Amino acid sequence: MEVMESARLKPGEVNLGTTIMAVKFKEGVIVGADSRTTTGSYIANRVTDKLTPVHDRIFCCRSGSAADTQAVADIVHYYLQLYTVQEGERPPVETAANLFRELVYQNKDALSAGIIVAGWDKYKGPSVYSINLGGSLNEQPFSIGGSGSTYIYGFCDANYHDGMTKEEAIKFTKQAVALAMSRDGSSGGVIRLAVITEEGVERHFVPGNELPRFWEG
Amino acid sequence: MSGIGTGYDLSASTYSPDGRIFQVEYAHKAVDNSGTAIGIRAKDGVVLAVEKLVQSKLLVPGSNKRLMTADRHIGVATAGLLPDARHLVNRAREEAQNYRDFYRAPIPGKMIADRLGGYVQAYTLYSSMRPFGVSTILGTVDRSGPALYMIEPSGVYYGYHGCAVGKGKQVAKTEIEKLKLTQLTCREAVKEAARIIYVVHDDVKDKEFELEISWVCEESKGRHEFVPKDLVAEAERLAKASLEDEMDED
Repeated sequence: MEVMESARLKPGEVNLGTTIMAVKFKEGVIVGADSRTTTGSYIANRVTDKLTPVHDRIFCCRSGSAADTQAVADIVHYYLQLYTVQEGERPPVETAANLFRELVYQNKDALSAGIIVAGWDKYKGPSVYSINLGGSLNEQPFSIGGSGSTYIYGFCDANYHDGMTKEEAIKFTKQAVALAMSRDGSSGGVIRLAVITEEGVERHFVPGNELPRFWEG
Repeated sequence: MSGIGTGYDLSASTYSPDGRIFQVEYAHKAVDNSGTAIGIRAKDGVVLAVEKLVQSKLLVPGSNKRLMTADRHIGVATAGLLPDARHLVNRAREEAQNYRDFYRAPIPGKMIADRLGGYVQAYTLYSSMRPFGVSTILGTVDRSGPALYMIEPSGVYYGYHGCAVGKGKQVAKTEIEKLKLTQLTCREAVKEAARIIYVVHDDVKDKEFELEISWVCEESKGRHEFVPKDLVAEAERLAKASLEDEMDED
């Protein structure tokens, strides 16, 4: 059906033409993203934070329309807070992912949102879910999204393996996002990472002049 | 005929001078006059049992079930007005399904109890509607394990290890208190529940009764099901035998 997210943005809309990814490792998940937001060819924000917490141990990575994904993330954040006070415990990542899915699916005609939900809960441990434009939900060991992701499918398939350590997973994510940023015009800036485990959330930042570098010709 | 609450008991929206809502208390009376229902929370699940008083010999045995299912993992036993009970269980089914649609997960015991409690309480606010004449016992198994809740006509609800409503609730509660519930398995609880229902049944005042007994436990894979016939037959046999033992002691 549709080709790339950028083709479906409404006039005047700001695009998260993007590279996002989430990777499950032994004790938790890593979420990573670039930091470029564009309106056409103008970079509206070169230090965007596309990694949005929706709960203590649940993050979402946003790609597509910035406005749409922010609005959806706010709504899910509200429902997860309500869940926590009513049930007296942290929501499972699967619940958060399903809330995103419900919103995206029911409003698929109006929204342009590609979201990856990742986090840790006491029932399943770490998990990664991706929700595409149509509103379908898939659980995966790792997931990549956004316009930049197309350039790193090969790299990710070749380098991912189950049961990575935290350091391996961080290196994998950093390298993948850097590679995508170096090929995709809509991705760039800095790399933001967040490591989510049972203990808490660790944020990492890689400035533009410290990006991993590869063959540059 | 002047009764206790004369003048202040005509509608649920009127308090009495000493702070009571008589219509709700009268609703409790409707529950107390009906056949006994008990719930027992064992180690690995919940057992519900009902003393189903049989009004006529023309009724087909095993029909007109009193134990109802609100979702795969939720069993409901009621005492009081049966039509009110059916209405409440319908509401419970809707709530459970709504929760599933939204969160893609089965509703936890404490949430369904909370929702039903709120629903029952709403009917105690208006003069145009009467309060529910049922006490509802909910038996569930969810992620956090087995749970037993009871919702009264006022809308108040508590979590229990064991509870009883209806005619024989005093006797039933005494019997349940004797049990070591934290060590009981569901199989054992089934036998105890059957025995208690037999103990509670008053042969003089009431005629025939049927025992209905169900469980939600590991053996039923977390689903609310009627206890298998062979286990029920065994439990009934033991219950009758223990009754005779008690009579012989005199």
